[in-house]
Amino acid sequence: MLRALLARLRQGHRTIAFPDGAPALPDRFRGLPEVDPSRCPLECRACAEACPTNAISTGAGRVAVDLGRCLFCTECVDACPGDAIHHTSEYRMATRSREALLLEGGPLDRARALEERALRLFGRSLKLRQVSAGGCNACEADVNVLNTVVFDLGRFGVQFVASPRHADGLLVTGAISRNMELALRKTWEAVPPPKIVIAVGACAISGGPYVDHPEVLNGASAVVPVDLFVPGCPPHPLTILDGILRLLGRIGSGERTLPPPR
Amino acid sequence: MTGARDIRNGEALALEEVPVVGFEEFRRPLLEGGSRLAALFGRRLEGRTRLLAVSARAETGSLVVAATDVGERYPALTPELPEAHLFEREIFEQTGARPEGHPWLKPVRFPSGGAGTADFFRVEGEEVHEVAVGPVHAGVIEPGHFRFQCHGEEVHHLEISLGYQHRGVERALRGGPDKRTIHLVETLAGDTTIGHASAACAVLEALSGTRAPARAHALRAVALELERIANHAGDLGALANDVGYLPSASFCGRLRGDFLNLTALLCGSRFGRGLVRPGGVGFDVEAERARDALSRLEGALEDLARAVALLWETPSVLSRFEEAGRVSREAAEEMGLVGVAARACGLERDVRQEFPWGMYRFSQVPISVAGTGDVLARAQVRWLEIQRSAAFVRDHLRRLPAGPVRAAVGGLAPHRLAVSLVEGWRGEICHVAITDGAGRFASYKVVDPSFHNWTGLALAMRGQPISDFPLCNKSFNLSYCGFDL
Repeated sequence: MLRALLARLRQGHRTIAFPDGAPALPDRFRGLPEVDPSRCPLECRACAEACPTNAISTGAGRVAVDLGRCLFCTECVDACPGDAIHHTSEYRMATRSREALLLEGGPLDRARALEERALRLFGRSLKLRQVSAGGCNACEADVNVLNTVVFDLGRFGVQFVASPRHADGLLVTGAISRNMELALRKTWEAVPPPKIVIAVGACAISGGPYVDHPEVLNGASAVVPVDLFVPGCPPHPLTILDGILRLLGRIGSGERTLPPPR
Repeated sequence: MTGARDIRNGEALALEEVPVVGFEEFRRPLLEGGSRLAALFGRRLEGRTRLLAVSARAETGSLVVAATDVGERYPALTPELPEAHLFEREIFEQTGARPEGHPWLKPVRFPSGGAGTADFFRVEGEEVHEVAVGPVHAGVIEPGHFRFQCHGEEVHHLEISLGYQHRGVERALRGGPDKRTIHLVETLAGDTTIGHASAACAVLEALSGTRAPARAHALRAVALELERIANHAGDLGALANDVGYLPSASFCGRLRGDFLNLTALLCGSRFGRGLVRPGGVGFDVEAERARDALSRLEGALEDLARAVALLWETPSVLSRFEEAGRVSREAAEEMGLVGVAARACGLERDVRQEFPWGMYRFSQVPISVAGTGDVLARAQVRWLEIQRSAAFVRDHLRRLPAGPVRAAVGGLAPHRLAVSLVEGWRGEICHVAITDGAGRFASYKVVDPSFHNWTGLALAMRGQPISDFPLCNKSFNLSYCGFDL
C-alpha cells in the first residue's frame, strides 16, 4: 500500500493542459498538408500519381487535397520535384461536413459546435458507444488513449459507455466492412434520439487504404449520418479530442478559425 | 531429392525449385515433428488447387517449402496435425478444396458477408446455458463474436467467430507491388505496423535482389523493439485494470503513450507509419535525435519498472493472475501457438533467435520464457521482454552503423517465391509472396500471430469462470484485423 502511494507520488500530475497552451508534438509530426501551387512545375501531376489513395487532384494551377482520403504519409512530399507540398504541424483538422475536408487552397472550415438544442443536451455530458468496423485498430488505440490520465477525457464530460442504450451517439472507426454493416446499423438504431455520429480516421471517412475494396462500404456515411469527421491515419489523439471539443462548443465557439500564418 | 526445399528466412527461390509432390510425400514430413507450420495455403490453378506449406524447423534454422496438387477434396491434415485446423478451414473457404475428415469445417472470415451466421458447437443439458458476446463490444475494441457454453459460472467451451474486420487485404495485394502496397501492409494490424512492414519489405527485397543498408536494419530493429515495449507496457496496464488494480493500470496507460511517442520522435507517427520502407527506412536518426530518444527511454523505463513492481508485490493482483487461463505446454505445442502465448507455456519459440533476420543475425535477444502457461506467466514474459528489448534498443541507438538508410529497389524477379518471418510483439509474423511471369504478386499470403493464437485463448477459458474472460482475453491481446485481413 505504502509503495503504491509512493509510486503515485512519483508519477505526479500527468494530465496535459489541453485545450489551454500549445501541445507538444514531435518535430516530424505530419499534420495538415499545405500546398504552394506557384512552385508546381507546369503540368506536373507527381503528387497526385504518388498518392496511394488518390486524395490529390491537380488542374488549372490548383492542387486539391482531400483530407478525408489522406493517409498523412510522405509519398506526395517525396514525389514533388518543386518542394510545393509539405505537412504542417497543424493537428486541428476535424470538420462538420465531408465537403469541408476537400482543401483547395482556402482555409479549412473547422468543425463548429452542434446546434443549440443538441448542445444543451450534450455540451456538458456526452456518452459515446464505439463501433469498430473494418480498420486496423490504430484509430481504436488512439481513441483509447483519450481515457488515460494524459488526456483525461472524463474531465470534459465525455465518456465511452458499454451499451448503445446508454449512449448519446457513436464514435465509428474503420472502413465499414460488409461483415459489420448490420451490426453498425443495429447499434445506431439502438441509440435513443437525438444522437450524433463521429467518424474517426481515413477509413471511417472514405475507406482509407481500403477505398473501393468490394469488401468495404467506403466509410460510415454509407450506413449512418455523420456529424463530425476526424481525418488522419490514424488521427493524433489531440486531433480527435480537438474535434470533439469543437463539436461541444468548448473550443472555437463555432467561429471560423484560420490556419496559422505561413 | 526430397519432397521439399529448405530456405533461410528472407530468402527467395525460383518457383520451379519448389517440388510439387504427391499428397503422401507432402503430408509425411509435416507430421514428423521438429517443425511448426508457419503457413499453409491454397492457390486455385486450372482445375486444381495447389497447396503450399512452409514449416519452420528451429533446429536447422531453415524454412521447408513444399507443394502438392489436390482436387475438389483431399484427406484433411488436421486430425493428425491439429495446428493445421484453421489453415485448412481457410483453404476450404478460399479455394473450395474440401479437407475431408476435418473435425469442424466452417467459415473463417465470411468473405461473402454474413459473418457469424454458422453453427456453433453446443453443450446441451439441464442448466447449461449459452452466452453470446459481440461483434460490438463494451469498450473501444475491435469486433468479434464469442460464444460461451457455460454451466453456471464455469465455461465448458468457447468458440470464437471472426471475420468482421475482413477488408480484402490479401486480395488487394495481388497484382502488386503498387503505390498502395506498403500502406496495406502497414495497416494489416495497425498496432504491428513495424512488424508487418518489416516482413513485407524483407519479401520485396528478397524478390528484387535488394540489400538494405546496415543502418536501415538497425533502425528497423530498434523500431520493432520499441513497438514491443509500448504494446507490452500497455498490456501490463490493461491486465492490472482487469483485476481492478488501478495504480499500475493508470501508470502503464500513460507510459505506453510515452513509448509510442518515442516512435513518433523517429518518424512522426506514434505507430511507425512511414518508417519501414522497401530498401531501408524512410527516416534517418541523427545523433542528437538518438540521444534524445535514449534519455526519454530511460525515464519511461524507470517509471515502468516501478509500476510493474507494484503488480508483483500486490497479493490481490497475484492471486488473480495465478492459475487463471492456463494452457498446457502440450496443448500450446499441438495447436502451434507462437509468441508470448507460446513462451508463457515454456516453449522456446522466438523468430529472432531461431530464424534471425536483419540486425538479429548479428545481435541476439535472449528468449523470454515462463513455465506456468497462465495469466501470470504471460504477464511475466511481457515484462522480461520489455527489459531485454530495452537493452537492445539502448545498445543499438548508441552505435548505429554509419552509411545510408535506403537502397533503391528494382522490379521483382518473375516466377519466384519468398518467405519472411518476423517476431512481432504478439509473435511470429509470416509473409509468403509468389510472383507471376511479369514480376507481379500472383499470391500474397499473410499469417498474423493471432491466426495461430486465438485457439489458445479458447483453450485457456476451459473450466474458467466466465467472469475471468476479460482478464484471459487481455493476457493474449490478439488482433482481430490481423486475423481477418
